[in-house]
Amino acid sequence: MAMDLETVRKVANLARLDLSDADLAVMASQLSAILDYVDLLTELNTDGVEPMAHPLPVQNVFRADELAPSLPVDQALANAPSRLGDFFGVPAVLETEREEA
Amino acid sequence: MELIERTATELIKLQAEGATAEKITSDFLASIKSRDDKIKAFMFVDESDALAQARAVDAKRKKGEKIGVLAGVPIAIKDVLCTKGQPTTCSSKMLQNFRPPYDAHVITKLREADAVLIGKTNMDEFAMGSSTENSAYQTTRNPWDLERIPGGSSGGSAAAVAACESAFSLGSDTGGSIRQPASLCGIVGLKPTYGRVSRYGLIAFASSLDQIGPFTHDLADCALLMEVIAGHDPRDSTSIDHPVPAYTKSLNQPIKPLTIGVAKEYFGEGLDPEVEKSVRDALKVYESQGATIKEISLPHSKYAVAVYYIVATAEASSNLARYEGMHYGHRTKTKSGLIQTYSKTRAEGFGKEVQRRIMLGTYALSSGYKDAYYVKALKVRRLIKNDFDAAFAAGCDVVMGPTAPTAAFKMGEKTDNPLSMYLSDIYTISCNLAGIAGISIPCGFTKSGLPIGLQIQAAPFEEEKLLRVGRMYESATDWHTKRAKV
Repeated sequence: MAMDLETVRKVANLARLDLSDADLAVMASQLSAILDYVDLLTELNTDGVEPMAHPLPVQNVFRADELAPSLPVDQALANAPSRLGDFFGVPAVLETEREEA
Repeated sequence: MELIERTATELIKLQAEGATAEKITSDFLASIKSRDDKIKAFMFVDESDALAQARAVDAKRKKGEKIGVLAGVPIAIKDVLCTKGQPTTCSSKMLQNFRPPYDAHVITKLREADAVLIGKTNMDEFAMGSSTENSAYQTTRNPWDLERIPGGSSGGSAAAVAACESAFSLGSDTGGSIRQPASLCGIVGLKPTYGRVSRYGLIAFASSLDQIGPFTHDLADCALLMEVIAGHDPRDSTSIDHPVPAYTKSLNQPIKPLTIGVAKEYFGEGLDPEVEKSVRDALKVYESQGATIKEISLPHSKYAVAVYYIVATAEASSNLARYEGMHYGHRTKTKSGLIQTYSKTRAEGFGKEVQRRIMLGTYALSSGYKDAYYVKALKVRRLIKNDFDAAFAAGCDVVMGPTAPTAAFKMGEKTDNPLSMYLSDIYTISCNLAGIAGISIPCGFTKSGLPIGLQIQAAPFEEEKLLRVGRMYESATDWHTKRAKV
């Protein structure tokens, strides 16, 4: 199935990828080729087949409700691109005028 | 024979006879120094740390303390596995400066076994690729021919062993990323059953398909390393609490009677004639040992690549959503609002193949397309698993065929055509979709001297059988003793 430029632009937005128009055009043609190949699956009748999301019968695994040490703050923040005290520094979530620290 | 050409099992024996871990580690470090400019298998090596680990083993031995089963043997680690305080990049710009605050479960196991962690190896970015050309940093070369790729995505780990820069190594396999490079580099590579090895600390690509596994020169080493890394870990909820057999103890016991399923779908169009001949010759070796060859059909094999590129990309699009530049990893320098910061960060930090797969997965899961792509693929995934179940139920102990349709291809040969690259995993992908176990073992060379691999697949948790069946062939051949001249 061919993927048009508008669909590719919409998907890039959903995927949070800021791609240039040139990148989007290349992506459209490459993804279209892959989707054409994937269309192979439509020749199979899969009515009544249970979808298999996982190779194992998945069940929730609970652990005992016991306290255990968690990552110390300094270690948790060691890789942070921006640190503000004991917090991760991030751009303003509500998109106000306030600048990122 | 030089120390660096020895297997891990031999290196352990040599230490019992007086060799030191320090000497062994020094020799491998020297090998990396002299060879890795050409091979480019390693992303990171800390010589003094490796030597300190080795000296600690020697000191323990001297004092008569109990030492681990892998004591003093250098092991290379694919850069997708978290190593505490050491760079773990996934060969991506996104994680260029990332140093994990904890060790992956398998790394803890290796440390407990007194292995010497010698360095981190190059890979396709986020394990997405079949040639290691998608690394953001360097292209690893095939030790048998430097103009060719080592396979991927665990190309660095495979090349490091094949080039004798490490005695053995760990990789990860989502659609063939251990078995295909093992095949192309002339070594042994095992993808364990889903749930056999804990994925704790393995940076996720596609969580229902990923498994960690060993690269080794031979099956004795593979059995040894599996004994160390397999087993239950409460930190991975998909890790199965199932006893780990003593693989090294039973290795030399042949499976008798042995029925080998050979699927006609693995010998179709696209299979190189030299590869086919080597694999058919390997089957004859088994026949001469009394095995029965059973023609079988895995009728849904031809759909595996299509299913995989929907399921794996859908899972990846979700797993890789965590890279948004807030908690760790790359963050764009462009000052803008939150959403723009995410989008710019991800466009800058991810390479083209990773972006392509995130896009494909996002599309396959998006409103209006989910049933047509994702759910459809999951249904066909079930049919692929049913094919294997039927083969094993019909009496096949194992299913055999080629690991890859061709020997190692040239650098750049497939980089412009993603689909042709994807098709190099055509024989390995079903194993991950079905969650079964698979191994690639060396079974010959092409006329131009490139290695060829035999793939053996078995039902879930039948690693012991895989290793014993592999060993039957290995004991009758000498491919595993060959070393690349670098």
